Amino acid sequence: MRSWANIQTIAKRELAGYFASPVAFVFIVLFLFLMGFFTFMIGFLLERREASLYWFFYWHPWLYLLLVPATGMRLWSEERRLGTMELLLTMPITAWQAIVGKFLASWAFLALALVLTFPAIITVNYLGHPDNGIIFCGYVGSFLLAGAYLAISCLTSAMTRNQVISFIISVVICLLFLLAGFPPVTNLFTSWAPNWLVETVAACSVYPHFEDFQKGVLDLRDLIFFLSIIGFSLFTTGVIIRNLRSGH
Amino acid sequence: MIRVENLIKTFGPKRAVDGVSFAVERGEVLGFLGPNGAGKSTSMRMITGFIPPTSGTVFVGGFDMIENPLPAKRLIGYLPENAPAYADMTVSGFLGFVAELRGLRGEDKKKAVHRAVEMCFLEGVLHQSIDTLSKGYRHRTCFAQSIIHDPEILVLDEPTDGLDPNQKFEVRNLIRRMGEKKAIIFSTHILEEVEAVCSRAIIIDRGKIVANGTPQELKARSDFAGAVSLRVLGINSDIVKAKLGQIPNARKAAIVKEDSTCVWARVYPQGSSKNGELARNVGEVSAKEGWKMEELHTEEGRLDEVFRTITLPDTAKEGAQ
Repeated sequence: MRSWANIQTIAKRELAGYFASPVAFVFIVLFLFLMGFFTFMIGFLLERREASLYWFFYWHPWLYLLLVPATGMRLWSEERRLGTMELLLTMPITAWQAIVGKFLASWAFLALALVLTFPAIITVNYLGHPDNGIIFCGYVGSFLLAGAYLAISCLTSAMTRNQVISFIISVVICLLFLLAGFPPVTNLFTSWAPNWLVETVAACSVYPHFEDFQKGVLDLRDLIFFLSIIGFSLFTTGVIIRNLRSGH
Repeated sequence: MIRVENLIKTFGPKRAVDGVSFAVERGEVLGFLGPNGAGKSTSMRMITGFIPPTSGTVFVGGFDMIENPLPAKRLIGYLPENAPAYADMTVSGFLGFVAELRGLRGEDKKKAVHRAVEMCFLEGVLHQSIDTLSKGYRHRTCFAQSIIHDPEILVLDEPTDGLDPNQKFEVRNLIRRMGEKKAIIFSTHILEEVEAVCSRAIIIDRGKIVANGTPQELKARSDFAGAVSLRVLGINSDIVKAKLGQIPNARKAAIVKEDSTCVWARVYPQGSSKNGELARNVGEVSAKEGWKMEELHTEEGRLDEVFRTITLPDTAKEGAQ
Protein backbone atom coordinates (compact mmCIF):
# COMPACT_ATOMS: atom_id res chain seq x y z
CA MET A 1 0.00 0.00 0.00
CA ARG A 2 1.30 3.35 -1.05
CA SER A 3 0.26 5.26 2.06
CA TRP A 4 2.07 2.81 4.32
CA ALA A 5 5.17 3.09 2.12
CA ASN A 6 5.04 6.87 2.49
CA ILE A 7 4.68 6.62 6.26
CA GLN A 8 7.67 4.29 6.36
CA THR A 9 9.79 6.61 4.23
CA ILE A 10 9.02 9.56 6.48
CA ALA A 11 9.55 7.56 9.66
CA LYS A 12 12.86 6.23 8.37
CA ARG A 13 14.12 9.73 7.62
CA GLU A 14 12.99 11.05 10.97
CA LEU A 15 14.61 8.20 12.86
CA ALA A 16 17.84 8.62 10.90
CA GLY A 17 17.62 12.30 11.81
CA TYR A 18 17.95 11.42 15.50
CA PHE A 19 21.10 9.45 14.90
CA ALA A 20 22.64 11.91 12.44
CA SER A 21 23.86 13.94 15.39
CA PRO A 22 25.20 12.93 18.82
CA VAL A 23 21.90 14.10 20.31
CA ALA A 24 20.39 10.63 20.13
CA PHE A 25 23.30 9.07 22.00
CA VAL A 26 23.40 11.81 24.59
CA PHE A 27 19.68 11.39 25.07
CA ILE A 28 19.83 7.63 25.49
CA VAL A 29 22.75 7.78 27.90
CA LEU A 30 21.01 10.45 29.96
CA PHE A 31 17.75 8.51 29.87
CA LEU A 32 19.40 5.33 31.12
CA PHE A 33 21.41 7.16 33.73
CA LEU A 34 18.37 8.94 35.15
CA MET A 35 16.32 5.74 35.10
CA GLY A 36 19.04 3.98 37.03
CA PHE A 37 19.58 6.84 39.43
CA PHE A 38 15.91 7.18 40.33
CA THR A 39 15.34 3.46 40.58
CA PHE A 40 18.31 2.53 42.68
CA MET A 41 19.40 5.70 44.49
CA ILE A 42 16.04 7.33 45.16
CA GLY A 43 13.72 4.33 44.85
CA PHE A 44 16.07 2.09 46.89
CA LEU A 45 15.16 -0.86 44.70
CA LEU A 46 17.86 -3.07 46.19
CA GLU A 47 17.34 -2.13 49.83
CA ARG A 48 13.63 -2.91 49.60
CA ARG A 49 14.37 -6.58 48.97
CA GLU A 50 11.35 -6.84 46.67
CA ALA A 51 11.60 -8.83 43.47
CA SER A 52 9.63 -6.33 41.35
CA LEU A 53 10.21 -3.31 39.17
CA TYR A 54 7.47 -1.27 40.86
CA TRP A 55 9.94 1.39 41.92
CA PHE A 56 11.50 1.39 38.51
CA PHE A 57 8.21 2.20 36.77
CA TYR A 58 7.17 4.51 39.59
CA TRP A 59 9.39 7.31 38.27
CA HIS A 60 8.54 6.99 34.60
CA PRO A 61 5.69 9.55 34.47
CA TRP A 62 8.03 12.11 36.05
CA LEU A 63 11.08 11.34 33.99
CA TYR A 64 9.07 11.32 30.77
CA LEU A 65 7.79 14.74 31.67
CA LEU A 66 11.14 16.20 30.61
CA LEU A 67 12.57 13.54 28.34
CA VAL A 68 9.64 12.98 26.00
CA PRO A 69 9.00 16.64 25.14
CA ALA A 70 12.74 16.91 24.47
CA THR A 71 12.34 14.16 21.88
CA GLY A 72 9.20 15.53 20.30
CA MET A 73 9.83 19.27 20.34
CA ARG A 74 11.57 19.37 17.00
CA LEU A 75 9.10 17.24 15.03
CA TRP A 76 7.18 20.05 13.36
CA SER A 77 8.81 23.22 14.66
CA GLU A 78 12.01 22.28 12.85
CA GLU A 79 10.09 21.68 9.62
CA ARG A 80 8.55 25.11 9.98
CA ARG A 81 11.82 26.82 10.81
CA LEU A 82 13.73 25.28 7.91
CA GLY A 83 10.83 25.71 5.50
CA THR A 84 10.98 22.02 4.65
CA MET A 85 7.31 21.71 5.58
CA GLU A 86 6.54 23.33 2.25
CA LEU A 87 8.67 20.73 0.51
CA LEU A 88 7.17 17.84 2.45
CA LEU A 89 3.55 18.83 1.97
CA THR A 90 3.88 19.45 -1.76
CA MET A 91 5.06 15.87 -2.21
CA PRO A 92 2.40 13.38 -3.34
CA ILE A 93 1.59 12.42 0.24
CA THR A 94 -1.15 13.43 2.65
CA ALA A 95 -0.49 15.49 5.75
CA TRP A 96 -1.72 12.46 7.73
CA GLN A 97 1.01 10.25 6.43
CA ALA A 98 3.59 12.85 7.42
CA ILE A 99 2.13 13.28 10.92
CA VAL A 100 1.85 9.56 11.59
CA GLY A 101 5.27 8.82 10.10
CA LYS A 102 6.98 11.40 12.26
CA PHE A 103 5.12 10.31 15.36
CA LEU A 104 5.93 6.63 14.84
CA ALA A 105 9.61 7.41 14.31
CA SER A 106 9.89 9.27 17.61
CA TRP A 107 7.87 6.64 19.38
CA ALA A 108 10.19 3.97 18.05
CA PHE A 109 13.14 6.00 19.28
CA LEU A 110 11.65 6.17 22.78
CA ALA A 111 10.88 2.45 22.59
CA LEU A 112 14.52 1.81 21.83
CA ALA A 113 15.60 3.83 24.86
CA LEU A 114 13.08 1.90 26.94
CA VAL A 115 14.30 -1.47 25.65
CA LEU A 116 17.81 -0.52 26.67
CA THR A 117 16.70 -0.53 30.31
CA PHE A 118 16.67 -4.35 30.10
CA PRO A 119 19.50 -4.68 32.67
CA ALA A 120 16.88 -3.77 35.27
CA ILE A 121 14.92 -6.90 34.36
CA ILE A 122 18.05 -9.00 34.48
CA THR A 123 18.95 -7.55 37.87
CA VAL A 124 15.67 -8.40 39.56
CA ASN A 125 15.54 -11.82 37.90
CA TYR A 126 19.06 -12.53 39.09
CA LEU A 127 18.37 -11.44 42.63
CA GLY A 128 14.95 -12.96 43.05
CA HIS A 129 11.86 -14.37 41.38
CA PRO A 130 9.76 -11.46 40.15
CA ASP A 131 6.49 -11.85 38.26
CA ASN A 132 7.68 -11.16 34.72
CA GLY A 133 4.08 -10.73 33.56
CA ILE A 134 3.79 -7.66 35.78
CA ILE A 135 7.08 -6.36 34.45
CA PHE A 136 5.86 -6.86 30.89
CA CYS A 137 2.67 -4.98 31.75
CA GLY A 138 4.73 -2.17 33.22
CA TYR A 139 6.71 -1.88 30.02
CA VAL A 140 3.53 -1.78 27.93
CA GLY A 141 2.13 0.96 30.18
CA SER A 142 5.38 2.89 30.07
CA PHE A 143 5.46 2.67 26.28
CA LEU A 144 1.87 3.91 26.01
CA LEU A 145 2.54 6.71 28.46
CA ALA A 146 5.54 7.82 26.41
CA GLY A 147 3.33 7.73 23.32
CA ALA A 148 0.70 9.92 24.96
CA TYR A 149 3.26 12.51 26.07
CA LEU A 150 4.89 12.34 22.67
CA ALA A 151 1.64 12.99 20.82
CA ILE A 152 1.13 16.07 23.01
CA SER A 153 4.66 17.25 22.19
CA CYS A 154 3.92 16.65 18.52
CA LEU A 155 0.89 18.92 18.84
CA THR A 156 2.79 21.70 20.58
CA SER A 157 5.65 21.51 18.11
CA ALA A 158 3.21 22.20 15.28
CA MET A 159 2.06 25.35 17.09
CA THR A 160 5.38 27.17 16.92
CA ARG A 161 8.61 27.31 14.97
CA ASN A 162 10.53 27.75 18.22
CA GLN A 163 11.64 24.47 19.79
CA VAL A 164 12.06 25.95 23.27
CA ILE A 165 8.51 27.27 23.36
CA SER A 166 7.27 23.97 22.01
CA PHE A 167 9.15 22.15 24.79
CA ILE A 168 7.83 24.34 27.60
CA ILE A 169 4.20 24.23 26.48
CA SER A 170 4.29 20.50 26.13
CA VAL A 171 5.89 20.02 29.57
CA VAL A 172 3.11 22.12 31.09
CA ILE A 173 0.34 20.21 29.33
CA CYS A 174 1.85 16.84 30.25
CA LEU A 175 2.22 18.02 33.84
CA LEU A 176 -1.46 18.95 33.93
CA PHE A 177 -2.38 15.51 32.66
CA LEU A 178 -0.16 13.96 35.29
CA LEU A 179 -1.33 16.05 38.24
CA ALA A 180 -5.03 16.06 37.37
CA GLY A 181 -5.65 13.06 39.62
CA PHE A 182 -3.64 14.23 42.62
CA PRO A 183 -5.40 15.78 45.64
CA PRO A 184 -3.81 19.28 45.35
CA VAL A 185 -5.36 19.66 41.92
CA THR A 186 -8.68 17.97 42.64
CA ASN A 187 -9.01 20.07 45.82
CA LEU A 188 -9.01 23.16 43.61
CA PHE A 189 -12.23 21.86 42.14
CA THR A 190 -14.02 20.19 45.04
CA SER A 191 -14.92 23.45 46.76
CA TRP A 192 -16.99 24.80 43.89
CA ALA A 193 -17.40 22.25 41.15
CA PRO A 194 -19.98 19.47 41.06
CA ASN A 195 -18.76 16.03 41.89
CA TRP A 196 -18.99 14.69 38.36
CA LEU A 197 -16.66 17.42 37.11
CA VAL A 198 -14.10 16.65 39.78
CA GLU A 199 -14.24 13.00 38.84
CA THR A 200 -14.00 13.78 35.14
CA VAL A 201 -10.89 15.87 35.70
CA ALA A 202 -9.40 13.20 37.93
CA ALA A 203 -10.19 10.55 35.32
CA CYS A 204 -8.20 12.51 32.76
CA SER A 205 -5.06 12.03 34.77
CA VAL A 206 -2.55 9.68 33.23
CA TYR A 207 -1.38 8.50 36.62
CA PRO A 208 -4.15 6.05 37.68
CA HIS A 209 -4.18 4.56 34.19
CA PHE A 210 -0.46 4.08 34.28
CA GLU A 211 -0.64 2.67 37.79
CA ASP A 212 -2.92 -0.14 36.60
CA PHE A 213 -0.26 -1.28 34.16
CA GLN A 214 2.34 -0.93 36.87
CA LYS A 215 0.37 -3.30 39.06
CA GLY A 216 0.11 -5.77 36.23
CA VAL A 217 -3.50 -5.04 35.32
CA LEU A 218 -4.14 -4.99 31.58
CA ASP A 219 -7.40 -3.10 31.37
CA LEU A 220 -8.91 -2.28 27.99
CA ARG A 221 -10.08 1.07 29.38
CA ASP A 222 -6.51 2.10 30.16
CA LEU A 223 -5.43 1.12 26.68
CA ILE A 224 -8.28 3.14 25.18
CA PHE A 225 -7.39 6.07 27.40
CA PHE A 226 -3.81 6.31 26.14
CA LEU A 227 -4.74 5.61 22.54
CA SER A 228 -7.40 8.31 22.61
CA ILE A 229 -4.90 10.87 23.92
CA ILE A 230 -2.60 9.90 21.06
CA GLY A 231 -5.42 9.96 18.53
CA PHE A 232 -6.80 13.26 19.71
CA SER A 233 -3.39 14.96 19.82
CA LEU A 234 -2.41 13.78 16.36
CA PHE A 235 -5.78 14.82 15.00
CA THR A 236 -5.32 18.29 16.50
CA THR A 237 -1.83 18.41 15.01
CA GLY A 238 -3.47 17.82 11.63
CA VAL A 239 -5.93 20.64 12.25
CA ILE A 240 -3.14 23.02 13.25
CA ILE A 241 -1.13 22.19 10.16
CA ARG A 242 -4.17 22.63 7.94
CA ASN A 243 -4.82 26.03 9.48
CA LEU A 244 -1.19 27.03 9.06
CA ARG A 245 -1.43 26.23 5.38
CA SER A 246 -4.59 28.18 4.79
CA GLY A 247 -3.01 31.12 6.58
CA HIS A 248 -5.49 31.71 9.38
CA MET B 1 -0.82 21.31 -18.44
CA ILE B 2 -1.50 23.97 -15.83
CA ARG B 3 -4.70 25.95 -15.86
CA VAL B 4 -5.33 28.54 -13.18
CA GLU B 5 -8.71 30.22 -13.02
CA ASN B 6 -9.59 33.29 -11.04
CA LEU B 7 -7.28 32.43 -8.18
CA ILE B 8 -7.84 34.46 -5.02
CA LYS B 9 -6.03 34.28 -1.70
CA THR B 10 -6.76 36.56 1.21
CA PHE B 11 -4.73 36.73 4.41
CA GLY B 12 -6.96 38.51 6.88
CA PRO B 13 -7.95 41.80 5.27
CA LYS B 14 -5.16 41.62 2.70
CA ARG B 15 -5.67 40.17 -0.77
CA ALA B 16 -2.34 38.62 -1.64
CA VAL B 17 -3.56 37.17 -4.92
CA ASP B 18 -6.52 38.77 -6.58
CA GLY B 19 -8.13 36.97 -9.51
CA VAL B 20 -5.16 35.47 -11.31
CA SER B 21 -5.92 33.34 -14.39
CA PHE B 22 -3.50 31.85 -16.89
CA ALA B 23 -2.51 28.62 -18.57
CA VAL B 24 0.80 26.97 -19.35
CA GLU B 25 1.21 24.25 -21.97
CA ARG B 26 3.93 21.69 -22.56
CA GLY B 27 6.94 23.29 -24.26
CA GLU B 28 6.36 26.63 -22.61
CA VAL B 29 8.55 28.39 -20.08
CA LEU B 30 6.51 30.97 -18.25
CA GLY B 31 8.34 33.72 -16.40
CA PHE B 32 6.59 35.09 -13.35
CA LEU B 33 7.66 38.66 -12.67
CA GLY B 34 6.68 41.20 -10.11
CA PRO B 35 7.95 43.35 -7.28
CA ASN B 36 8.48 41.84 -3.84
CA GLY B 37 5.22 40.97 -2.16
CA ALA B 38 3.28 41.03 -5.41
CA GLY B 39 1.89 37.55 -4.80
CA LYS B 40 4.29 35.44 -6.88
CA SER B 41 5.21 32.98 -4.14
CA THR B 42 1.65 32.79 -2.86
CA SER B 43 0.44 31.94 -6.36
CA MET B 44 3.08 29.24 -6.72
CA ARG B 45 2.19 27.78 -3.34
CA MET B 46 -1.40 27.47 -4.44
CA ILE B 47 -0.44 25.90 -7.77
CA THR B 48 1.71 23.30 -6.01
CA GLY B 49 -0.98 22.57 -3.44
CA PHE B 50 0.86 23.82 -0.37
CA ILE B 51 -1.82 26.35 0.52
CA PRO B 52 -5.46 26.18 -0.49
CA PRO B 53 -6.85 29.15 -2.43
CA THR B 54 -9.60 31.26 -0.88
CA SER B 55 -11.42 30.79 -4.16
CA GLY B 56 -10.65 29.84 -7.73
CA THR B 57 -9.35 26.61 -9.24
CA VAL B 58 -6.02 25.07 -10.14
CA PHE B 59 -5.93 22.27 -12.69
CA VAL B 60 -2.71 20.37 -13.10
CA GLY B 61 -2.62 17.92 -15.99
CA GLY B 62 -6.42 17.72 -15.80
CA PHE B 63 -6.50 17.03 -12.04
CA ASP B 64 -8.07 19.51 -9.67
CA MET B 65 -5.41 20.42 -7.10
CA ILE B 66 -7.99 20.98 -4.37
CA GLU B 67 -10.29 18.02 -5.01
CA ASN B 68 -7.71 15.50 -6.09
CA PRO B 69 -4.28 16.67 -4.91
CA LEU B 70 -2.21 13.47 -5.00
CA PRO B 71 -2.23 12.74 -8.75
CA ALA B 72 -1.81 16.48 -9.39
CA LYS B 73 1.19 16.68 -7.07
CA ARG B 74 2.79 13.65 -8.70
CA LEU B 75 3.10 15.61 -11.96
CA ILE B 76 4.83 18.58 -10.38
CA GLY B 77 8.40 19.20 -9.35
CA TYR B 78 8.66 22.16 -7.02
CA LEU B 79 11.54 24.31 -5.88
CA PRO B 80 10.21 26.48 -3.05
CA GLU B 81 11.58 29.94 -2.29
CA ASN B 82 14.92 29.90 -0.41
CA ALA B 83 15.47 26.25 -1.40
CA PRO B 84 14.67 24.52 1.90
CA ALA B 85 16.32 21.17 2.65
CA TYR B 86 16.84 18.98 5.71
CA ALA B 87 20.05 20.36 7.17
CA ASP B 88 21.01 17.15 8.99
CA MET B 89 20.93 14.95 5.89
CA THR B 90 23.58 14.31 3.28
CA VAL B 91 22.88 15.34 -0.30
CA SER B 92 22.48 11.74 -1.44
CA GLY B 93 20.35 10.86 1.59
CA PHE B 94 18.08 13.81 0.94
CA LEU B 95 17.67 13.03 -2.76
CA GLY B 96 17.02 9.38 -1.95
CA PHE B 97 14.35 10.40 0.54
CA VAL B 98 12.58 12.59 -2.00
CA ALA B 99 12.86 9.86 -4.65
CA GLU B 100 11.14 7.44 -2.26
CA LEU B 101 8.35 9.89 -1.55
CA ARG B 102 7.97 10.14 -5.33
CA GLY B 103 7.39 6.40 -5.35
CA LEU B 104 10.79 5.39 -6.77
CA ARG B 105 12.41 2.29 -5.30
CA GLY B 106 15.51 0.17 -5.80
CA GLU B 107 17.20 0.53 -9.17
CA ASP B 108 14.80 3.26 -10.35
CA LYS B 109 15.60 5.32 -7.31
CA LYS B 110 19.34 4.93 -7.81
CA LYS B 111 19.07 5.95 -11.45
CA ALA B 112 16.87 8.95 -10.65
CA VAL B 113 19.26 10.22 -7.99
CA HIS B 114 22.22 9.71 -10.30
CA ARG B 115 20.52 11.59 -13.14
CA ALA B 116 19.53 14.55 -10.94
CA VAL B 117 23.01 14.71 -9.41
CA GLU B 118 24.58 14.80 -12.84
CA MET B 119 22.24 17.47 -14.17
CA CYS B 120 22.86 19.72 -11.18
CA PHE B 121 26.62 19.07 -10.86
CA LEU B 122 26.46 17.71 -7.32
CA GLU B 123 28.93 14.82 -7.65
CA GLY B 124 31.49 16.56 -5.47
CA VAL B 125 29.25 17.04 -2.45
CA LEU B 126 27.18 13.86 -2.61
CA HIS B 127 28.13 12.64 0.85
CA GLN B 128 28.37 16.00 2.50
CA SER B 129 25.81 17.07 5.05
CA ILE B 130 23.51 19.78 3.70
CA ASP B 131 24.20 22.30 6.47
CA THR B 132 27.88 22.37 5.49
CA LEU B 133 27.10 23.30 1.88
CA SER B 134 27.53 26.76 0.38
CA LYS B 135 24.39 28.55 -0.66
CA GLY B 136 24.87 27.70 -4.32
CA TYR B 137 25.22 23.99 -3.66
CA ARG B 138 22.28 23.97 -1.28
CA HIS B 139 20.20 25.67 -3.91
CA ARG B 140 21.21 23.15 -6.54
CA THR B 141 20.48 20.29 -4.16
CA CYS B 142 16.94 21.54 -3.76
CA PHE B 143 16.72 22.06 -7.50
CA ALA B 144 17.86 18.47 -8.04
CA GLN B 145 15.10 17.38 -5.69
CA SER B 146 12.51 19.06 -7.91
CA ILE B 147 13.58 17.22 -11.08
CA ILE B 148 14.27 13.84 -9.51
CA HIS B 149 11.14 12.16 -10.88
CA ASP B 150 11.51 13.84 -14.28
CA PRO B 151 8.21 15.68 -13.81
CA GLU B 152 6.09 16.99 -16.64
CA ILE B 153 5.61 20.24 -14.80
CA LEU B 154 8.19 22.32 -12.97
CA VAL B 155 7.38 25.16 -10.62
CA LEU B 156 10.51 27.05 -9.61
CA ASP B 157 10.43 29.92 -7.16
CA GLU B 158 13.51 32.04 -7.85
CA PRO B 159 15.68 29.20 -9.11
CA THR B 160 18.77 31.36 -9.66
CA ASP B 161 18.62 33.30 -6.42
CA GLY B 162 21.97 33.26 -4.62
CA LEU B 163 23.92 31.59 -7.42
CA ASP B 164 27.10 32.99 -8.90
CA PRO B 165 27.06 34.10 -12.57
CA ASN B 166 28.39 30.76 -13.85
CA GLN B 167 25.85 28.78 -11.89
CA LYS B 168 23.09 31.13 -13.04
CA PHE B 169 24.13 30.49 -16.61
CA GLU B 170 24.05 26.72 -16.07
CA VAL B 171 20.65 26.77 -14.38
CA ARG B 172 19.19 28.95 -17.13
CA ASN B 173 20.45 26.55 -19.76
CA LEU B 174 18.97 23.69 -17.81
CA ILE B 175 15.59 25.38 -17.60
CA ARG B 176 15.60 26.25 -21.29
CA ARG B 177 16.56 22.70 -22.24
CA MET B 178 13.91 21.14 -20.04
CA GLY B 179 11.35 23.67 -21.21
CA GLU B 180 11.28 22.01 -24.62
CA LYS B 181 9.48 18.97 -23.21
CA LYS B 182 7.92 20.23 -20.00
CA ALA B 183 5.66 22.99 -18.80
CA ILE B 184 7.68 25.30 -16.58
CA ILE B 185 6.72 28.23 -14.39
CA PHE B 186 9.48 30.17 -12.72
CA SER B 187 9.64 33.41 -10.83
CA THR B 188 12.53 35.81 -10.86
CA HIS B 189 13.61 39.35 -10.17
CA ILE B 190 16.20 39.28 -12.91
CA LEU B 191 14.80 40.63 -16.11
CA GLU B 192 17.58 39.43 -18.41
CA GLU B 193 16.69 35.97 -17.27
CA VAL B 194 13.21 36.36 -18.68
CA GLU B 195 14.59 37.32 -22.07
CA ALA B 196 17.13 34.51 -21.97
CA VAL B 197 14.82 31.70 -20.90
CA CYS B 198 11.09 32.43 -21.15
CA SER B 199 8.77 31.85 -24.02
CA ARG B 200 6.18 33.93 -22.21
CA ALA B 201 6.14 36.26 -19.24
CA ILE B 202 3.52 37.41 -16.79
CA ILE B 203 3.96 40.52 -14.72
CA ILE B 204 2.02 40.47 -11.49
CA ASP B 205 1.56 43.45 -9.22
CA ARG B 206 -0.34 43.55 -5.94
CA GLY B 207 -2.02 40.26 -6.69
CA LYS B 208 -3.17 41.06 -10.20
CA ILE B 209 -1.76 40.16 -13.60
CA VAL B 210 -0.83 43.44 -15.26
CA ALA B 211 0.90 42.09 -18.36
CA ASN B 212 1.00 38.76 -20.17
CA GLY B 213 2.94 38.14 -23.37
CA THR B 214 6.17 37.03 -25.01
CA PRO B 215 9.25 38.95 -23.88
CA GLN B 216 9.27 40.62 -27.31
CA GLU B 217 5.67 41.75 -26.95
CA LEU B 218 6.37 43.13 -23.51
CA LYS B 219 9.44 44.94 -24.69
CA ALA B 220 7.46 46.46 -27.54
CA ARG B 221 5.35 48.23 -24.92
CA SER B 222 8.45 50.14 -23.91
CA ASP B 223 8.83 53.78 -24.77
CA PHE B 224 12.18 52.90 -26.31
CA ALA B 225 10.81 50.24 -28.64
CA GLY B 226 11.66 51.13 -32.21
CA ALA B 227 13.64 54.23 -31.21
CA VAL B 228 16.92 54.86 -33.03
CA SER B 229 20.04 55.71 -31.05
CA LEU B 230 23.05 57.26 -32.69
CA ARG B 231 26.44 58.74 -31.86
CA VAL B 232 27.90 61.51 -33.97
CA LEU B 233 31.45 62.88 -33.79
CA GLY B 234 32.35 66.56 -33.55
CA ILE B 235 29.14 68.50 -34.07
CA ASN B 236 26.89 70.80 -32.09
CA SER B 237 24.06 68.98 -30.29
CA ASP B 238 21.45 71.63 -31.17
CA ILE B 239 21.98 71.05 -34.86
CA VAL B 240 21.65 67.29 -34.41
CA LYS B 241 18.43 67.67 -32.46
CA ALA B 242 16.91 70.09 -34.96
CA LYS B 243 17.77 68.01 -38.01
CA LEU B 244 16.57 64.76 -36.47
CA GLY B 245 13.34 66.39 -35.32
CA GLN B 246 12.52 67.18 -38.96
CA ILE B 247 12.43 63.51 -40.00
CA PRO B 248 8.80 62.93 -41.08
CA ASN B 249 8.10 59.75 -39.08
CA ALA B 250 9.92 60.89 -35.94
CA ARG B 251 7.79 61.78 -32.94
CA LYS B 252 10.62 63.54 -31.16
CA ALA B 253 14.37 63.70 -31.01
CA ALA B 254 16.36 63.96 -27.82
CA ILE B 255 19.99 64.39 -26.87
CA VAL B 256 20.92 61.60 -24.45
CA LYS B 257 24.31 63.02 -23.54
CA GLU B 258 27.26 64.85 -25.02
CA ASP B 259 30.90 65.43 -24.28
CA SER B 260 33.65 67.46 -25.92
CA THR B 261 33.90 65.15 -28.93
CA CYS B 262 30.63 63.22 -29.36
CA VAL B 263 26.87 63.62 -29.22
CA TRP B 264 24.56 60.76 -28.27
CA ALA B 265 21.02 61.25 -29.57
CA ARG B 266 17.82 59.23 -29.74
CA VAL B 267 14.90 59.55 -32.16
CA TYR B 268 11.48 58.17 -31.18
CA PRO B 269 9.17 56.87 -33.89
CA GLN B 270 5.77 58.27 -34.79
CA GLY B 271 3.12 55.63 -34.04
CA SER B 272 4.25 52.18 -35.08
CA SER B 273 6.83 52.79 -37.75
CA LYS B 274 8.05 49.83 -39.71
CA ASN B 275 11.12 48.15 -38.37
CA GLY B 276 14.27 49.78 -39.69
CA GLU B 277 12.50 52.57 -41.53
CA LEU B 278 13.39 55.21 -38.97
CA ALA B 279 16.99 54.07 -38.88
CA ARG B 280 17.21 54.40 -42.66
CA ASN B 281 15.78 57.90 -42.47
CA VAL B 282 18.27 58.88 -39.81
CA GLY B 283 21.04 57.46 -42.00
CA GLU B 284 19.87 59.56 -44.96
CA VAL B 285 19.81 62.74 -42.88
CA SER B 286 23.29 61.98 -41.62
CA ALA B 287 24.60 61.38 -45.14
CA LYS B 288 23.02 64.60 -46.42
CA GLU B 289 24.48 66.64 -43.58
CA GLY B 290 27.86 64.93 -43.79
CA TRP B 291 27.87 63.86 -40.09
CA LYS B 292 30.61 61.55 -38.87
CA MET B 293 28.33 58.78 -37.59
CA GLU B 294 30.05 56.37 -35.18
CA GLU B 295 27.09 54.28 -34.10
CA LEU B 296 23.50 53.71 -35.18
CA HIS B 297 21.02 51.14 -33.98
CA THR B 298 17.32 50.51 -33.45
CA GLU B 299 16.31 49.87 -29.84
CA GLU B 300 14.26 46.75 -29.11
CA GLY B 301 12.75 48.22 -26.02
CA ARG B 302 13.77 47.44 -22.49
CA LEU B 303 12.01 45.06 -20.19
CA ASP B 304 13.12 46.82 -17.02
CA GLU B 305 11.57 50.02 -18.26
CA VAL B 306 8.30 48.25 -19.09
CA PHE B 307 8.39 46.58 -15.69
CA ARG B 308 8.84 49.91 -13.95
CA THR B 309 6.17 51.76 -15.88
CA ILE B 310 3.68 48.96 -15.23
CA THR B 311 4.37 48.37 -11.58
CA LEU B 312 5.74 51.65 -10.26
CA PRO B 313 2.94 54.21 -10.66
CA ASP B 314 0.51 52.18 -8.58
CA THR B 315 3.06 51.53 -5.86
CA ALA B 316 3.90 55.23 -5.75
CA LYS B 317 0.22 56.08 -5.46
CA GLU B 318 -0.19 53.74 -2.57
CA GLY B 319 2.80 55.26 -0.81
CA ALA B 320 1.26 58.72 -1.13
CA GLN B 321 -2.00 57.69 0.49
